Amino acid sequence: MYDIIVIGCGVVGAATAYRLARYRLRTAVLEACNDVANGTTKANSAIIHAGYDPEPGTLMAALNVEGNRMTAEICRKLDVPFRRCGSLVVAFTPEDQAMLEKLYQRGVANGVPQLRLLSGEEAHALEPNLSAEVCGALLAPTAGIIDPWGFALAMIETAVQNGVELHRSCPVTAIDALPEGGFRLTTPKGSFEARCVINAAGVEADRVHELLEPVNWKMTPNRGEYYLFDKSEGSLVDHVIFQCPGPEGKGVLVSPTVHGNLIAGPNAEPVTDRLDVGNTADGLDFVRSRALKSVPGINFRQNIRNFSGIRANTDQGDFLIAASPNYPGFIDLAGIKSPGLSSAPAIGKRAVELAAQAGLTLEENPDFRDERHVVRFRHLPPEEKNALVAKDPRYGRVICRCETITEAEIVAALHGPVPACTVNGVKRRCNAGMGRCQGGFCGPRVQEIISRELGIPPTQICMEQEGSWLLACETKQAKEDAGNV
Amino acid sequence: MYELIVIGGGPAGLAAACRAWDAGLRRILVIERDRELGGILNQCIHNGFGLQRFKEELTGPEYAGRFITMLQKTGVQVQLDTMALQIVPGRDGAPHQVHAINGQEGYQVLETRAVILAMGCRERTRGAISIPGERPAGIFTAGAAQRYLNIEGYMVGRRVVILGSGDIGLIMARRMTLEGAKVLACVELMPYSSGLTRNIVQCLQDYDIPLYLSHTITDIRGHNRVEQVTVSEVGPDRCPIPGTEMVFDCDTVLLSVGLIPENELTKGAGIAMDPRTSGAQVYENMETSIPGIFACGNVLHVHDLVDYVSAESERAGAAAAAYVQAGQEEPADHIIALKNGEGVTYTVPQQIRLGTQARTAEVFFRVNRVTKAAAIVVEDADGKETARFKRGHLAPGEMEHIALPAAALQSASSPLTIRIEEVPQ
Amino acid sequence: MKELVCIVCPRGCRLTVDEDNGYAVTGNSCPRGAEYGRTELQNPTRVLTTTVKVAGGMHRRLPVRTNRAIPKGLLLAAMEEAAKVSLTAPVEAGQVIIPDLLGTGADLIASRAMPVAP
Repeated sequence: MYDIIVIGCGVVGAATAYRLARYRLRTAVLEACNDVANGTTKANSAIIHAGYDPEPGTLMAALNVEGNRMTAEICRKLDVPFRRCGSLVVAFTPEDQAMLEKLYQRGVANGVPQLRLLSGEEAHALEPNLSAEVCGALLAPTAGIIDPWGFALAMIETAVQNGVELHRSCPVTAIDALPEGGFRLTTPKGSFEARCVINAAGVEADRVHELLEPVNWKMTPNRGEYYLFDKSEGSLVDHVIFQCPGPEGKGVLVSPTVHGNLIAGPNAEPVTDRLDVGNTADGLDFVRSRALKSVPGINFRQNIRNFSGIRANTDQGDFLIAASPNYPGFIDLAGIKSPGLSSAPAIGKRAVELAAQAGLTLEENPDFRDERHVVRFRHLPPEEKNALVAKDPRYGRVICRCETITEAEIVAALHGPVPACTVNGVKRRCNAGMGRCQGGFCGPRVQEIISRELGIPPTQICMEQEGSWLLACETKQAKEDAGNV
Repeated sequence: MYELIVIGGGPAGLAAACRAWDAGLRRILVIERDRELGGILNQCIHNGFGLQRFKEELTGPEYAGRFITMLQKTGVQVQLDTMALQIVPGRDGAPHQVHAINGQEGYQVLETRAVILAMGCRERTRGAISIPGERPAGIFTAGAAQRYLNIEGYMVGRRVVILGSGDIGLIMARRMTLEGAKVLACVELMPYSSGLTRNIVQCLQDYDIPLYLSHTITDIRGHNRVEQVTVSEVGPDRCPIPGTEMVFDCDTVLLSVGLIPENELTKGAGIAMDPRTSGAQVYENMETSIPGIFACGNVLHVHDLVDYVSAESERAGAAAAAYVQAGQEEPADHIIALKNGEGVTYTVPQQIRLGTQARTAEVFFRVNRVTKAAAIVVEDADGKETARFKRGHLAPGEMEHIALPAAALQSASSPLTIRIEEVPQ
Repeated sequence: MKELVCIVCPRGCRLTVDEDNGYAVTGNSCPRGAEYGRTELQNPTRVLTTTVKVAGGMHRRLPVRTNRAIPKGLLLAAMEEAAKVSLTAPVEAGQVIIPDLLGTGADLIASRAMPVAP
């Protein structure tokens, strides 16, 4: 019997596991995918919002502002790329300026520090590439940019290092309430019993809850599409540039990324297939025209990747963070739409408080190690690079030439506390293949390393989920050796 | 201290280094990021290379092999499996620095009198053209698929749609077919192919692979692996025409949608670039805006024939040697800029320096449309016709080349405009 | 009369071949083009380039080619012959891999040397 099981290992599940890891508990995390951070966490704007956007009094408002503070601290301790670059909401019309005023008041009510309303001139002084049409802006210095999957990975790795069990490729297919209290979770990897269950299943949270009992809210998944630009565009803006929020959400933003690229997006479009993270010509055209409205100088020829992510929207206005009235040990962390990434650490903290209310005993673990260190070779000074190469020549072999990622870093990604098992898993952990050639050059070499380190033939290597095979078969093999189909 | 560091050991770097050695330099280093010399030619196992250069038809590895053998007869040093990370130009005659790393020497800061940039190019990706649809596995650039197939020995898929009719895509259509795959279609956005006509014949027509001109991919389906691709016809504005959709059940999409010179090191060094070629701006001797730094091959502009890469790189090698031996850049009395005229998309070089001795200047360029019969007309700033060259077939997929006579250059006023004049048949 | 694009070199000359007049070729820029025009209509041939398996080498495949063009109709049969080959490094450039491939008189030869893996 586990004390507590977290279902789902996106950034919310990871933050919850990280929070639980500081207590003497038997904790497990069950992730349906073959890797962590594989849903909404891997495809979003990568922004830590300041917290002026949600209505005062909502969970979103409180958890965003608290989460923003906690994120900075966690990133420092766990070596996660995070930069408090600040954000600007820009106004193009007098109506927009009235909206800025409203956002300012909301921010003050939510406890967002250092907010400031800027004139058009002040905004252009901060961001010379803004459209000349911009006539005012709201500056929020505490907003920041982050590596979202790196953030989730850091938290779950630290949790695992401190004794939390992580089971990947482990979708929960049935949940039964046990007569003596607690729950039995059925998975293809066997059944797990726990006194308390946290539902952090993201866009699947309704379906997970319905394994136990009907839910009285509705998931309304909503897709957002993005452009990601070459680093040559990365310094076009220094702040996150938002437009005034409208009925479709926060609107299209233009932002530097913590990896040095430029990102533009998202649109907002309801979808029925929660796995369809595709792009559409219309969606991309919309993002393009809106992004150019804020920053007319974006060179779309420098686009290196389009992607989209699914927001776990619901028909409720706020996050759904609560224990089931019928089963107090079953706690939903559902409807975690924007600002979910920004709120994640605070949501994790709230989840643990709810579990304690449901009867979980929290006893501090004195051996909890709250630290993590990652070698990012490309950022080191030459003498440190030399020292590393002398120790391990694999640091001298650059595999991903666009991002300057060495063989040693790829090997580390394959043998970490939560090891990568796919090409994209390697990419998320060490950035190999994330650059302008999108893995065209390093793909074969990364796969050679995965094959060697994990002891699997190249035809068994997947890009992402099961079924995403990259190589069909060997050439010059007998016909009956069918390979992947 | 080196006299010359050549960055890249593909066809451009090999030819440049050999030529610089022949011209008398003795401290030359070639930096190559792969584990062997030869560059992308090693995976181009088809024949058709070297007709100009060696008067015989060679495969890519054979063509590379000839230059590797030549290099091995010199005393040129080679560092394999080594990545050049940065070029720091020397100011006021100080040596240039090349920062490079490998597993044996670690992080090295190498000093040199001259540098030749020969890093080649990379393929345009799906992102560069924003193809809508899902992002499953099974979407490869043609060159990446070529490497898997010819060097690693793996098939990337069995039912293939190829977007773009660049030469690598055409060659891969044939290769995949011979290895047992079904190539369903080759789809080209433009109303003409960007590949060589011979490749349309021997790679598509030989195997009954349909070529859809003025078409593009408008959707890709499949959550995990490619399952379906939608192809639509495009109008003259290159926008898809609703109602023309064709659906192909396939597991693989190969992209052959263009090459981009790989100039991150060049830009980092502060060398002036030409947005038309995405390469450095060069003078007639392949020298860039920074004295002592030269560029040649596909890093400078994308070539369709390796034979021309070798010839251009030899000019760079000779010029680098001359620069080192003279201890300074060539004094120029007169600089003539070259401009695109009607029908011309770029020129290399961008500028011609006229020194004390008159020389013929070779100019390479591309045209923006297919013409059956044309004249290449060169006019100076005063509108005076400096030279005129007759040509039969001109196409954007085929690089053009003229040699401007020394006498014509001496009397011309800058800039010279090169334009295409259609000749009625 | 048949129109062809010559594939002998990258120039891609547009040939016209007169089947009724002894396969007379016009539009060619060189004698090799005339030769191509004649054979293409009577007995089309191609040089085959592919790979064969090699063990213990720097790479797992060795590029090979026929040292002269073989009948077009035999290309797939020739691929099957190449698939049966299993070499061990080292291999010399130009080494004959299959002599007299399918009785065509052409040899399948190595396009490069394949040194032993370091």
